[in-house]
Parts: sequence; C-alpha cells; structure tokens
Amino acid sequence: MKNRLGKWLLSWPPLLYLVLFFLIPTAIMFVAAFRFPGDYGGLAPMYYYEEGKLIWDLTLENFTRLVEEPIYFELFAKSAWYAALTTLICLVMAYPLSWLIARSAKKYRDLLLLLVILPFWSNFLIRIYAWMIILGPQSAFTRAVNWVWTGMGGEPVQLLFTPFAVIVGMVYVHLPFMVLPLYANLEKHDLSLLSAAQDLGANAWQRFWRITWPLSLPGVFAGSALVFIPALGMFAIPDILGGTDSIMIGNLIKQQILDTRDWPFGAVLSIMLTAGVLAIAMLGALIARKGVKRG
Amino acid sequence: MAKAKQSAWLKVSAWVTYLFLYLPLVIVVVFSFNDSKLNAEWVGFTTRWYSQLFANEKMLTAAGNSLLIALAASFLSTVLGTLAGMALHKYKVPFLSFLVLTPIAIPELLTGVSLVIFFVLVNQILGILELGLFTILLSHVAFCIGFVAIVVKARMQGMDESLVEAARDLGATPFQAFRLVTLPVIRPGIIAGALMAFTLSIDDFVITFFTAGAGASTLPLEIYSMIKIAVTPEVNAVSSLLMLLTLVLIVIASRVSPGALRAND
Amino acid sequence: MALLEIRNVVKQFDDFTAVNDVSLSVEAGEFFTLLGPSGCGKTTLLRMLAGFEQPDAGQILLDGQDMSRVPPEKRPVHTVFQNYALFPHMTVRENIAFPLKMAGWAKDKMDAQVDELLEDVRLTEFGKRYPHEMSGGQRQRVAIARALVDRPRLLLLDEPLSALDAKLREEMQLELIKLQKEVGITFVYVTHDQGEALALSHRIAVMSRGQVEQLDIPENIYGNPKNRFVADFIGQCNVLEGTVRAVDGGTMTVDIKGCGEVRTLAVPGVTVGQQGWLALRPEKIKLDKELSDLPDEAYFRGRIHDCLYLGDVTIYIVEVADGVLIEAMLPNNIPGVAKFFDDGDIVEIAWRFDAGSFLTE
Ligand SMILES: Nc1ncnc2c1ncn2[C@@H]1O[C@H](COP(=O)(O)OP(=O)(O)OP(=O)(O)O)[C@@H](O)[C@H]1O
Ligand SMILES: [Mg+2]
Repeated sequence: MKNRLGKWLLSWPPLLYLVLFFLIPTAIMFVAAFRFPGDYGGLAPMYYYEEGKLIWDLTLENFTRLVEEPIYFELFAKSAWYAALTTLICLVMAYPLSWLIARSAKKYRDLLLLLVILPFWSNFLIRIYAWMIILGPQSAFTRAVNWVWTGMGGEPVQLLFTPFAVIVGMVYVHLPFMVLPLYANLEKHDLSLLSAAQDLGANAWQRFWRITWPLSLPGVFAGSALVFIPALGMFAIPDILGGTDSIMIGNLIKQQILDTRDWPFGAVLSIMLTAGVLAIAMLGALIARKGVKRG
Repeated sequence: MAKAKQSAWLKVSAWVTYLFLYLPLVIVVVFSFNDSKLNAEWVGFTTRWYSQLFANEKMLTAAGNSLLIALAASFLSTVLGTLAGMALHKYKVPFLSFLVLTPIAIPELLTGVSLVIFFVLVNQILGILELGLFTILLSHVAFCIGFVAIVVKARMQGMDESLVEAARDLGATPFQAFRLVTLPVIRPGIIAGALMAFTLSIDDFVITFFTAGAGASTLPLEIYSMIKIAVTPEVNAVSSLLMLLTLVLIVIASRVSPGALRAND
Repeated sequence: MALLEIRNVVKQFDDFTAVNDVSLSVEAGEFFTLLGPSGCGKTTLLRMLAGFEQPDAGQILLDGQDMSRVPPEKRPVHTVFQNYALFPHMTVRENIAFPLKMAGWAKDKMDAQVDELLEDVRLTEFGKRYPHEMSGGQRQRVAIARALVDRPRLLLLDEPLSALDAKLREEMQLELIKLQKEVGITFVYVTHDQGEALALSHRIAVMSRGQVEQLDIPENIYGNPKNRFVADFIGQCNVLEGTVRAVDGGTMTVDIKGCGEVRTLAVPGVTVGQQGWLALRPEKIKLDKELSDLPDEAYFRGRIHDCLYLGDVTIYIVEVADGVLIEAMLPNNIPGVAKFFDDGDIVEIAWRFDAGSFLTE
C-alpha cells in the first residue's frame, strides 16, 4: 500500500514529462509519415468532412516514394558504411589505449581516463570546428600532405569538405564512447589467465587473440553500439566538414524537416533511421546475451 | 625483451591517440590569440578577437540565452531526473525506464525532428509553445532527465540499503530518513547529475537547432552560423572561453566527489 | 508478563515459508539467542520484531501490546545490523546522537547522554571521526552505542560479530556480556555460530527451516538435545540408531543396531519396540586399551579406525562392529603426546547409562 504510494509519487512527475515531451512527439512523428504535406510545408489536415461525413486523409505515398527511388536506399547504405567505418577506426584506436589505461598503475588510471573524456565535455561544434582549421586548404597539415603527395607525383588534393574529413570528424567525436566500455571491460580481466596461457606456450599474439580479445567482446560490442548508433544519425559533421558528395541520411532528414518542409517524407526517413537504430540495438543485445551465456 | 618492445609500441600508440584528442583543441586556443584573420600560420599575439567577441551584441545575447536555458534545464532535469533515478532504483518501472533511457540511446536528430513537429502542431492548434527559448528549454529537459537519472540511480545502488532501515529503526519517519540519510548520501550523485545536465544543455546543438525556430539563438547556434558563413578567429575565442567554462565545471565536480568517495566506504 | 511474546508467527515470501508458526517469549533482562543454520529464518523473524516485515499470521506483543500496526520508528526496539549500517556522512557522535535527535532531546541532555555512551563503549576520543576512519571492531561498538543510547526496551542483534576476525570476536563476546549486564536491556541475538550462542545466552532457541526445534538454557541445549537436528547441529555428537527392548522405571534398555544392548535413561512416553536414536557426546565416552570393569556402564570393544588431532583434544573414531563408528574424544593432557592410540589398535570404550539421551525424532 505504502509502497505503491512511494512508487507513484516518485514516478509520475518524470513519467508525465517524458510522455508529454518524448512519447507523444514520437507518436505524432509516426502518424505524420502517413499524412500529406501541407500546401506551404508542414502537414495537411489529417481528415476533412464531406457532406457531414468524416473522411480520413492518409496515404502510403511517402513510403512508396522511399522505395521507388534508389537514391534513398543508397544514401542509407552510405550512411551505414560511414558509421561502420567510424566504428572500426574508433575500435582500432581505442583498444590499445584502453588496454594501456587498464594496465597502468591504479593511481594514474582515473587521470588517464579523465584525459580521454575531457575533450568530450568541450562543445561538440568546437571539436568539429577544430578540424576545419586542421584540414583547411591553408593549414600546415594540408600543405604537408600535399607536399608529400605531389612529391610522389600526385595531383594536389583537398581534405576539407570530403568524405575523409567527415570520417575524421566522426572518429574524433565518438572515440571516448569506444574507450569507456572497452576500458571497463579490460580493467576487469584476470591477468593470471595471460600468465597461464604464456606458461602453456602461447606467444604474445596468441595470448591476445585467444584470451584477451574473446573476453573483451562484450566491451567491444557495447562500444561499437555507442559509436555506430549516433554516427548513423549524424547530420552536423557532414554538414560542416563534408561536401555535397558526403552527405548522410541525417542531412536529408534535416533538409526535409527544416528546409523543404516536407514533413511526411522527413518523418518516413526518421522512421527508417529509428528502425535501423533499433535493429542495431537489438542485434547488440542479442550478441551480448549470447556472450553472457557463454562466459 | 619482447615484452618491453611490445609495451613501448603500446605507449607510443596511446600517446598518439592523446595527441589526436588534444591537438585540435590546442590549435583552437592558440589561434584564438593569433593576430591574423586566417587560421593558417602564427603571425603574432593579440587579444583583439576576445575584445571583438565582447563587443558582439548578438553573441552576448546568445550566450545569455544559453546560460539561462542551461540553468533552468539543469534545475528542472535534476529534480525530475532524481525522482526518476530513485524510482528506477527502488521499484520495477519498465515503462519509466524505457522513457528515461530511449532519448539518450537514439540519435539526437530523431528527438529534434519529433519535437519540432510536435511544437509546431501544438502551436497551430492551441496557440501555445511557439518555437523559441521556451521550447528549447523543454527539449533540453527531456533529454537531460535520463542522464541525471542514470547518475542518481548508480549512486542509489552504491548506497547501503540498511542505512534507511537503520534510520527508521532508530526513530526516523520515512520522510526524516529520506532527508537525513538518503539525500545526504546520494547528494554527490545529484550534484554530478546537475553539472552534467548543465554542460549538456549549454553545449547542445542538434536538438536546439531543430527546436529554436527563427528568432531564438543560443551560443552553439551562433557558433554554427559563424562556422557556416564566415570563419573568423572570433569563433576561436568563444570556443576557448567555452572550454575554460567546461574545465571550471569539471574542477567543481571533482571538488564535490571527494565527499562522494568518502560516503562510498 | 513476558517482555516480548511471539505467537504463532508465520512469514511467507511468495510460496516459500521463511518463518513457520513460531511461538516464544522473552523475559525482561534476558540475553536470548536465535540459533540456526543459514536460511532458517532468523533474520526474517528479527526483521518482523523490528517492524521491517509484517507477519502474515500470528502476533508480536511487546509489553503486552500488539505491534502489528506500529511502524519501526515507533517501536522501542533497536537493531544492530550485521554490516553496522553506520551513516557514512555523520561523525561517530552524530551517529550515536541520531536516535536522541529523532526523539527531540534537548542539546545539553543529548550531549551528556552521548558522552556516557561513548564512555561505555570506550570510544571517548573517537567522537569526531567518521565511520570510515574506524576499525571493524570500533564500528561495531559505535553501532551498539547508537542502538543503546536511548535505552530501548529491546535490542536486536543480527550476527553482529560475523564480520570480525576470531580473536576480536572473542573479545567482543565478553564485552557484549558485560554491556548487557550493565545496561540491563533485553537482547535478542541472532547467530549461526553455536559456540557463540552457548557462551553468551541465557536461553537459546534453535531454529531450522522456519521453526523452533528446541528452546532451552544452553546446558540443556547441549546436554539434552531434543531431536536429531539439535544434537547434530550443536557440537559433535554420535547418533546411534536403536530399538527400545525394555523399560524399567528410570532406565530402559536399547538395542543399538549392530552393537548390542545398552542401558540408558528412560524417556517419558517411550514404549517397548519403539525405534529411535541414542545421542552421545564424544567427550562423555571413556576410551582405553583396557578399562577396569564397570558394571553400570555400556561397554564395547573396538578397533581404532581414524584419529583427528585437533590440538587441545584428539578425536578417535572407533569401529565397534561392522560399519558402526563411534567418536570418542580425549584431552591431550600429557605433554609431548599427540595421540594415545594408533590406527588399528584394539581398544575398549564405555559410557555411563546417563551419558546419552534417547531421541525419538
Ligand atoms: N525478501 C525476501 N524475499 C524472498 N525470500 C526471502 C526474503 N528474505 C528472506 N527470504 C528467504 O527466507 C529464508 C530465510 O531467510 P533469512 O534471511 O531469515 O535467513 P537467516 O536465518 O537469517 O540466514 P543467514 O544465517 O544466512 O542470515 C531464506 O531462504 C531466504 O532466501
Ligand atoms: Mg540472516
């Protein structure tokens, strides 16, 4: 009885807020996908009256448009590819770092970890902007790259406003999300397993591949999900660092919602993105559960 | 021998990664003092970008807006998030847990899209919630609640259940036990959550970009338009100042956490 | 009237019965112990006394008053938690003052009372420390001081010494006895350590699977276990299966399976032909190469099967018949000698007719 009261008192304020400002908006977005766009953007009325009868004015047109034109599918595929590449690079960069932090003296660990997180707390736009400077056509870095490249007989290249810049930016922004779960996992590893393996004749590579790597898979999957999901829905980084050839699905959604104001189609694209995110999250959960069973 | 070589290689790669993380930020700060309109070469020391910045009315208004929103958003989301965190810890509330965690898990873009559609429709039908500072605030609270809730819940989980029972046993009413024992013990978590919400709000770009409408501006929006339209070293200056603010907040947070460590054991 | 009376209390968790129809009463000033193996429901019973759980059936009376509608903070009962549950953000003083603050004591009276308690538990210099700056034994004493400061009618202690090492545990046992005598408050003490229970308690309730198996003074719990569970749980005990052959006034004859007939104390209500068990403590058994003839005693000849050297004593396991093993214990009271017999030695064992007790369940 009392228990119920406490539960209710604690739960309802956040519950009410989130129903109002998260659940209902999301539901409206889903319904919007079945409506016609308004004459001046936004949404057309959902129903009208004809001779006193209520007529629903809904359509599947927005979905058929998505299916009929291959460029949308290609854009999704490209976004997934960018996100996957970002994830992979983050993993390769984060793994040795996480291992080193996890194996360093206890008193330094928090500091080393803090140093990874610290940039994450600085403004998102600033972090992207920093790469505009570094990759800009006049920058020392770009000139150095071109000096080497032309020296090898290539044509001078542009770095900013290319897919390369987008990937660099995405890796930079998401790297801490990979380090944290990896560190949390690697830190728990029982080092005597490695000694045992060495004792049984495994060399360094075998020890990594047969022991450390399989045991770290939960951390790898958690980190990958944390990087892949936001990367898939990214729009600011391609918007700022990318050119016309490196836009992602997020840019199209932003354009549909804010610029062309074709909300129904924007909603359809958002739903597709949501579905993609859900699929990844579910896949991650499935793998994680399998991992738990085996471990 | 092999071991030493291996760890040397590891160390180098770690340093390179740290360099990768910090060099861009250092460059921004350095160029904020560079006496050149181009972010290309070091020319000479100046503070004129900072003075220009402080003369920039639009920028100052935007900064004021950001601060206001961040304060209000961190206050509201700390209250709501603390309630949610405690509810999630104490009871089985799967629906609440879904609502609290999903906005964190999905790309911000999706939250932005659904909120802008929602606000515009509500405005058309009811005439309230016109896009502006207030809708930005409402949106920020919606995604900050989850972060606060997670931190508070973690703190509650670290708290020994029997402390509350001990308080009750020694004569405290449920409310007294909450005020005198639970609240002080989880306070470091609440403060950490509040600081987190503050930084998330003052830094937020994506959701703000969608829910701001035409009139309202915040610091990140202002920075965005400067980056998009014309990169001037003023951006470097404002960026450096924002980094400084974040650093100060983190120092405050770490000052709070010795208490957190003490209450832990 | 008893201070605490527990009447037919039942507590269920889903369909598992943690406490099953327990009735007992505790007198004022008593040191009362609930003893039993892990999971037998001791903590659950204690939590019902403190008010954290409600009985599903039965009543708990304190000073004759039904406690069922009284919340924990209104009961004149305090608990010493197993992990102490000291408030980490309060100093030792503040911790001890907590109950007084809740009761709205005046500042000067409160300070005096806290000082007194700090002195009682010998922590006068430690008032300003935080719990994490104290050792385990000191925290323990703070927890006890905090629970005693406003003189509750009843103090509940849930395995308060289990987190301490053996040496400290022994010290704290002595201190607890002393403290209880001084303050005169009734203790209900929970433990699964039988030695601790025997050493500390005025009376012991031995529990198993949610029920009280035997409630008695320590001497009787040890000397006259009521059933096989109690005999087995408390100390070492030989439990020999047998059948009653004859009942003769104060004594009776029991045919021990595989050994032969022995005389033992009669048990009221036992009839000829009844099956049962003879419970026999190893230290009550005489053992030697040759025992002088003792007409009043049970007497067997056997072979040493095994020896367990325990330091102060050695336990000899004697095979008296095919597969019937009896443990006997001899103190190692001769310097330099660890063991009086070797495996395979032929020995004689005997015990007085009143050394064992016949159990029917
Ligand atoms: N809240 C609960 N929900 C479900 N089952 C419970 C709960 N509390 C206790 N139990 C069960 O009731 C039984 C008795 O538990 P209790 O804690 O009273 O045992 P105990 O005698 O104190 O044991 P120990 O010596 O290990 O502390 C156990 O089997 C336990 O699993
Ligand atoms: Mg217990």
